[in-house]
Amino acid sequence: MKTDELVALLSTNLEPVDRNSVVRTLYVAIAAGSIVAFGVAVVGLGFRADLMTARALMFLAIKLAFAIGIVGLALLYLSRLARPGGERKISSALLVAVPFLIIMVLAAISLGSAPRSHWESMIVGDEWLECLLSIPIIAIVPFAVSIWAVRKGAPTNLSRAGAFAGLIAGGVSAMAYALHCTDDSLPFIAVWYGGTIVLCTLAGALLGPRLLRW
Amino acid sequence: MTTLEIELKALMLASLDGNAASYRSLLDQLSRRLRAYYKTKFAALGRGTSEAEDLVQEAVLAIHIKRHTYDPGEPLTPWVHAIARYKLIDFLRRNRASLADVPIDEADEVMADDDHTGAESTYDIRRLMERLPEGMQCSIQAVKLDGLSVAEAARRCGLSESGVKVNVHRGLKALSALIARETRT
Repeated sequence: MKTDELVALLSTNLEPVDRNSVVRTLYVAIAAGSIVAFGVAVVGLGFRADLMTARALMFLAIKLAFAIGIVGLALLYLSRLARPGGERKISSALLVAVPFLIIMVLAAISLGSAPRSHWESMIVGDEWLECLLSIPIIAIVPFAVSIWAVRKGAPTNLSRAGAFAGLIAGGVSAMAYALHCTDDSLPFIAVWYGGTIVLCTLAGALLGPRLLRW
Repeated sequence: MTTLEIELKALMLASLDGNAASYRSLLDQLSRRLRAYYKTKFAALGRGTSEAEDLVQEAVLAIHIKRHTYDPGEPLTPWVHAIARYKLIDFLRRNRASLADVPIDEADEVMADDDHTGAESTYDIRRLMERLPEGMQCSIQAVKLDGLSVAEAARRCGLSESGVKVNVHRGLKALSALIARETRT
């Protein structure tokens, strides 16, 4: 077949194109993934018993702010990465590290103002293993729908797009898990929330090249 | 911004609104630029230029299928370049060539030269189409090859109008996947 013939074929009966579909698909997918994640967390783990106390609400707010910050920033980047050449426009993806840095500084201050004998319980908490397992598991559905949405676009840097899909999934999952989690200390959030979200990001970076080819 | 960029971007914006003549002119110009680009790259890699034509068509098809990912607020050249380069790397990976040899290039390079001496590609789209499900075959044949309206195509293929549109879209995607498999050497 000649290229002229292919061009003629493609331009015959051309349909107009929806210019906003890339971003819209992504946002709808993340919204749907978030709903599923909250459903899984609430049905599978349940709300924390003391949810309505002032201390619980304060720490819930901190966890949510940390996770929402990550998801919001990562979503901005991913909507660029879903388009060809989008990775060129990201001069500094380090902005997504800002929520991590803030929580780490807060954690350090919190540790510094506490006696050394409290450190272990502040960092390890009661439910570190549950947190370590729950966040990646709850992240599976948000990750799958994010990948599906990015595939509707045309990423040209697959590992980076995969990493940001993993980062968003981890962040969404952390938001949902926060409703259940009773470990209220800043070092715990920094280590176990931050750490599992980073794990989700690494998993996304590894899976991206396989899942996102087009 | 070069005059070429301005001209091609205007064609692209009209194409996104459904202007077939602009789109034809755009794809025609892009395929010439892609041909020159891929021929240069393949020569540098020591590969034959006949393979370049397969890749030109793969890239043109990819541009068509992914045209909704173009952001009208951005210049067109880097978008085309990213697709061209992605398809080059994908082609070389499929053919187990050394990716280390892919020369780094700038976005301008894909638009630098014009080469209109097209060759036949090694695959035959009509033969590949025979492997598609009947609804896709009939829809592409009617709408894209015979130039029937969507309503006429729907009657001929026994599908709804939206069914024809979906079948054309999915059929071209399936064809693009078949071509990618076919050009594995």
